[in-house]
Amino acid sequence: MLNLREVHSGYGPCEVLKSLSLEVRAGEIVALLGANGAGKSTTLLTIAGVVPVRAGEITWQGAPLPNGKADAVLRAGICLCPEGRHIFPRLTVLENLISGSYLLPSNRNAAKLEEIFGYFPLLAERRNQLGGTLSGGEQQMLAIGRSLMGEPKLLMLDEPSLGLAPQIVARIFEIVRLINRTGVPILLVEQNAQQALRIAHRGYVIVTGRNQLTGTGAELLASDEVRQAYLGE
Amino acid sequence: MTAQTLIEILINGISRGAMYALVALGYTMVYGVLGMINFAHGEIFMIGMFACVYALGVFSLMWGDHAMVNLTLAMVVAMVFSAAYGYANERIAYRRLRKAHVLAPLTSAIGISTFLQYFIFLTVSKDSVNFPRYYSDWLTNNHLRLGPADVTYLQVTILGLTLVIMGGLYYLINHTRMGIALRATAQDQLMASLVGIPVNRTIAFTFILGSALAAIAGVMFSMYSNVLVFDAGYRVGLKAFTAAILGGIGNIPGAVLGAMILGLTEALTTLQFGSEWNDVTTFGVLMLVLLLRPRGLLGERVADKV
Repeated sequence: MLNLREVHSGYGPCEVLKSLSLEVRAGEIVALLGANGAGKSTTLLTIAGVVPVRAGEITWQGAPLPNGKADAVLRAGICLCPEGRHIFPRLTVLENLISGSYLLPSNRNAAKLEEIFGYFPLLAERRNQLGGTLSGGEQQMLAIGRSLMGEPKLLMLDEPSLGLAPQIVARIFEIVRLINRTGVPILLVEQNAQQALRIAHRGYVIVTGRNQLTGTGAELLASDEVRQAYLGE
Repeated sequence: MTAQTLIEILINGISRGAMYALVALGYTMVYGVLGMINFAHGEIFMIGMFACVYALGVFSLMWGDHAMVNLTLAMVVAMVFSAAYGYANERIAYRRLRKAHVLAPLTSAIGISTFLQYFIFLTVSKDSVNFPRYYSDWLTNNHLRLGPADVTYLQVTILGLTLVIMGGLYYLINHTRMGIALRATAQDQLMASLVGIPVNRTIAFTFILGSALAAIAGVMFSMYSNVLVFDAGYRVGLKAFTAAILGGIGNIPGAVLGAMILGLTEALTTLQFGSEWNDVTTFGVLMLVLLLRPRGLLGERVADKV
């Protein structure tokens, strides 16, 4: 579905991605691993059209993906749930969710809200509370819910477990799996390599903006390189 | 103080405050979205004043003096002119500087402000222009008796119109898609663009909306004061900006509250000490409030922003 071929991108004079290739196929969870500064978030921002592609090519469902146009990428069905959650702090939970379907007709909102409240019943209870008053875990749930409001055909999650308690991380990964079972492919960036690889079908390890290693989730979990570098063994 | 003077001070103060509020909203909305003070906003107000008076002249030449029709149309023309200038302002002077150091758009704003003042001074009017009495007489000479006090039709109109506009603005911001886009853009531009909100268009809309409100205030103010001068925007703009700071810049109800306090202070000062003391008392109030609440009356605490 999504294909990156030798993509270069970066900010100003600083090139972060130096020929990165990866693929997400229909129905997959793909984990993107790497150390801090390897270019994981930049990869997602580049796909999302926030950071423009300088060389190489991104195709989506067989056609080139609009380059550097966040709204066009979103219209094509790719939603990014960015690192740090980026909840609108002074919008209510409900308004935060509704903002996620900004480009879509609002008559489908009710059904989607019901689906999201099914995943995250807590959000239904707090629907009139301001986003900024939620705890970290609740904010992450809200951020994922907001992305789902955009009816993604590909969901990109950037560090959904960052700074959260272990039980909450487990819940979030469970929900990610459930969302994936509804047929939404997921591109997952994670520091928490072990958790990510357990639910991922495949994974990529990147180092300073280049491909280092790829394989199925199980293969990467078993590989010495990954164990040493990211699992702390 | 008798009941009559009290009511008169209230009505005077609130109608002055209403005009300041319409201008203050422009400062506060732009600050809310871009985090910058648009120092050229007063000039947008002034352009609304002149556009209205010239439109009135043109209309009366074209189809004669139909007071209400011409006045309403002239107000629309003023809004369109101000909105166009406000939009051009954002497009030309601020958009490119959005990622620059905060002093860059600020300097640009001061430049635009001076440019517009002297542009109008040199091309439109070197002397002050009088508002055509024919249109304002009916509003200023007719009175409504409110208990022991007299209120002019103009004051009633200003109050009514401002109330309607505030209601509309409240609805727009809190209950529409555009309102969500506006608030989302103000709170987190990156995320706003990630959910598909057209950030540039939303910011442009903020300028257009603020400018149109300033134009309405400009028309009211020129009827109220009867004279139009090229630096009227500077004086009123400074007051409206003060009102926005007083209420907590970036906060919409705060701007209205600040403007009302300012208007009432001026009305009271005018009656007790004479209008030449207005600047002393209003800025005195500002300093007092800022000493006690540095973020203004309804300003956010830093913790709210996280």
